[in-house]
Amino acid sequence: MLTRFLLAGLDTKAWVLLSVLAVLAVAVPFMALAVPPTSPWSLSMLTVTLLGKYFCYALLALSLDLVWGYCGILSLGHGAFFALGGYAMGMYLMRQIGSRGVYGNAELPDFMVFLNWKELPWYWHGFDMFPFAALMVVLIPGVLAFAFGWFAFRSRVTGVYLSIITQAMTFALLLAFFRNDMGFGGNNGLTDFKEILGYDIQAPATRAGLFVATVVALAIGYILASAVVSSKYGKVLVAVRDAESRVRFLGYDVEKVKLFAWTLSACMAGVAGALYVPQVGIINPSEFSPAASIEAVIWVAVGGRGTLAGAVLGAVIVNYGKTWFTGVLPEVWLFALGGLFVLVTLFLPKGILGLAGDLRQRLAARRSRAAAGSNAAKEATAP
Amino acid sequence: MTDPLLYLDGVSVSFDGFKALNNLSLMIDPGELRAIIGPNGAGKTTMMDVITGKTRPDHGTVMFEGNTDLTKLKESTIANLGIGRKFQRPTVFEHHTVLDNLELALKNPRGVFSGLFYKVSEEDRKRIEELLDITKLSPKRDVVAGGLAHGEKQWLEIGMLLAQDPKLLLVDEPVAGMTDAETEQTAHLLRAISGKHSVIVVEHDMVFVRELGVKVTVLHEGSMLAEGSLDTVSANQQVIDVYLGR
Ligand SMILES: Nc1ncnc2c1ncn2[C@@H]1O[C@H](COP(=O)(O)OP(=O)(O)OP(=O)(O)O)[C@@H](O)[C@H]1O
Ligand SMILES: [Mg+2]
Repeated sequence: MLTRFLLAGLDTKAWVLLSVLAVLAVAVPFMALAVPPTSPWSLSMLTVTLLGKYFCYALLALSLDLVWGYCGILSLGHGAFFALGGYAMGMYLMRQIGSRGVYGNAELPDFMVFLNWKELPWYWHGFDMFPFAALMVVLIPGVLAFAFGWFAFRSRVTGVYLSIITQAMTFALLLAFFRNDMGFGGNNGLTDFKEILGYDIQAPATRAGLFVATVVALAIGYILASAVVSSKYGKVLVAVRDAESRVRFLGYDVEKVKLFAWTLSACMAGVAGALYVPQVGIINPSEFSPAASIEAVIWVAVGGRGTLAGAVLGAVIVNYGKTWFTGVLPEVWLFALGGLFVLVTLFLPKGILGLAGDLRQRLAARRSRAAAGSNAAKEATAP
Repeated sequence: MTDPLLYLDGVSVSFDGFKALNNLSLMIDPGELRAIIGPNGAGKTTMMDVITGKTRPDHGTVMFEGNTDLTKLKESTIANLGIGRKFQRPTVFEHHTVLDNLELALKNPRGVFSGLFYKVSEEDRKRIEELLDITKLSPKRDVVAGGLAHGEKQWLEIGMLLAQDPKLLLVDEPVAGMTDAETEQTAHLLRAISGKHSVIVVEHDMVFVRELGVKVTVLHEGSMLAEGSLDTVSANQQVIDVYLGR
């Protein structure tokens, strides 16, 4: 039943994307590790990490598209779930440092020693074990999303008001995580990681491994999201987006419909954050900043909301643009991003993928018209 | 004498002091088809809002099947008790195909997980075919509902209502935008489904109401003005005054 459920959602678009991911999962590590650095086909570790980062963002965008594109919930706080997943992973990585920190304290992370703390806070317990940390990566964002959604959806907060409170949520977390006494490293966050699962976190093979893990997570996320949106539940989700009260009069419990997608989406965002942190080597409160969440919305809008593949595409393209701009004209990037958002909203309401779909439709229409025309011509010449 | 399926007792609703429903009482028997008429703003749609849980009344109760007070329940619960509704402005899911609209309405478990793992059964397929036939939308089954004409949307929404297989159907102005022939077919259809289901129809189209040939309730300023056959109520002096705007 599960395989049928998972495979049922895969269309051509999905197979293309999954094939590309499969090729990258093999080619990128090969080009980075096996191809000699002198060859033009060689990839630097920097590029591998950069690509890994893009795909983490792609998974975040995918999770956002699930709620925004299919359920109409414009979350301006999805970065919070990403960051919480990231912090859960960061806590595991901090615990792996052990006595190799600056203060050489086997039990306490450096920032706690610095703050004169004598023992590990209770909520840090268990994070030295990877399975526990991995569970927390999905559980913490999931529980927060569930609680948030429970109250917001039951009080029927929708539209702009809902967007504003998602933004308030991430902003509140930003302020909280800035505080030193929260026990998450305050302003500086968590960093100076050494090992993951016993492997040196800087080693090329580990970096390649993290890249592959990210690609696999993105692929799984994509398959899961496609299965969800193409099921009957997915159709209810779209119906809620388009005519919420009508769905109620059909007997569906709209709160539960929203809550499921919302919570699932938060868990996916958490996984994205957890994969991001070991690759960039740091997690700090800036990931909670409202701007970070808004950027994710722009990726989805650019790629085309409500298409899943568009979210992935948008995240990769916009972040590639960001890398390029910040290298060449760093001061222009924010204007370029803002301008891009305005352009897309005005001229490409369905994003890049929507444009491609429209073009294909127009082409098909022209072809069928041409066919009809030649048929008419044939009929006219027939006796 | 059977117990009524639906019993509105002294229902009042006010919007900012304006009484949209004023101590309205109404009884619908199982299997009955009832027409409700009344000038614009009489409170007909508001009455349906109260029955379906969209609007909470200030006073009064709405008893369904004798012992369930609908005024305490939420929309989805009421729908699942067996009350379906067609809106005055046809509301279908514009981005879904005709087929998907019907599939979503079909009487099946409404939970998240039954939705995730739902697979169209042979029975469901047959039922959908039937509904496509009844609504004459068979050729348009794969068209997205947003691309349908106004009358077709009306039919689709009626089809969705039938797919729910409710005990009570609330039908708000079903023939707006339909041709005379379609209007007649709609009257026919509603007559055919009453008996097994109870139906309340709100309509301004008197030709249609005459076609139905059932008991008529006249609403005015949120209260019942008259009740009886169309001929009786149209002979009623108060009703004539109201319709002539005196
Ligand atoms: N949500 C609301 N807020 C304020 N006033 C409302 C609301 N809903 C309805 N009304 C008012 O209540 C009165 C009754 O409205 P209702 O829609 O029930 O009339 P109706 O009989 O269905 O009329 P029509 O034949 O035009 O559909 C109207 O005066 C309307 O303006
Ligand atoms: Mg009305």
